[in-house]
Amino acid sequence: MRFWIAVIPLVLFAALAGIFLTNIGKDQSVIPSALIGKPAPEFSLPPLPGRDKGISRADLTQGHVSVVNVFASWCVPCRAEHPMIKRLAAEAGVPVYGLNYKEKDPQDGVNWLDELGDPYTAVGMDISGRTGIDFGVYGVPETFIIDGDGKIAYKQVGPIDAETLEKVLLPKIRELKKG
Amino acid sequence: MMRLFRPNRSIWLAMLAVVVTLSFYARPAFAVNPDEMLSDPVLEQRARTISEELRCLVCQNQSIDDSDADLAHDLRVLVRERLLAGDSNQQAIDYIVARYGDYVLLNPPLKPDTYILWASPFILLILAALAVVGFYRRKKRDGRTTPANLTDQERKRLDEILSPSGE
Repeated sequence: MRFWIAVIPLVLFAALAGIFLTNIGKDQSVIPSALIGKPAPEFSLPPLPGRDKGISRADLTQGHVSVVNVFASWCVPCRAEHPMIKRLAAEAGVPVYGLNYKEKDPQDGVNWLDELGDPYTAVGMDISGRTGIDFGVYGVPETFIIDGDGKIAYKQVGPIDAETLEKVLLPKIRELKKG
Repeated sequence: MMRLFRPNRSIWLAMLAVVVTLSFYARPAFAVNPDEMLSDPVLEQRARTISEELRCLVCQNQSIDDSDADLAHDLRVLVRERLLAGDSNQQAIDYIVARYGDYVLLNPPLKPDTYILWASPFILLILAALAVVGFYRRKKRDGRTTPANLTDQERKRLDEILSPSGE
């Protein structure tokens, strides 16, 4: 009996240490998406001012993999992420659509892309943020990989860095392209 | 039975007024802007009830009712729209859960993923009960063994008492 009582703290410690160890490096603020494996929501967003093509769900159901990147000119991490979106568009070989989320002024998104360069196949303007909610967006930037059937295959919350691009997103896209 | 105790309408209204008034005093932190509120007080109250159960995904430890975050504002407006469209409370909640998952619920649902979470208070209670039972058992057992440790003198005296006619 005494022996077992002495063992309890050791076992508890080992269990807690194990739990903590597996959680090191994990971002606890990242919420698992409820939409993985589900069809992308029905939506249709108008183009940026002075452009002729927005985006809609039809763009995501063309039988090939596509990417939707949620960005905004007021979002500072988006600026840091932008070079990676350019690389993604250049290296992935799939259309990358921009979802311009909740700009105060529609022109802001245009100015931002004029300044930083526009890697997007097309950009849709979500002024109300309603399409963002339908996609389960809670923090910009977010990036969705959509399979050929228009189902959400992967969601990246927060800015993409070189490591995420090379080790997670590009391999995931390659895998999906193979079918 | 029910009929006997049913208060009349004015008492109900007075009670409701008290409850509503108190509920306003109970929460000094207001995140809900006046322009978000619905003109129908019943719907508005339902919206408040729902909002208090939904987690703000940006701040994560506040309900959307308490949060000033932009997304919380959008979700509050969305909940009110759903109610205006005729949704029940549950339908409005399900609408948000479909997009953000169970994580938005501040009150987690009972399902296989959360069995451990829900069971843990009871497991702790059982462990505590076992510990208490163990403690009293040991106390009782120790209490029984103590008289065995008699001094030689006591033992001698005891033997004298117990032995019939000083044998």
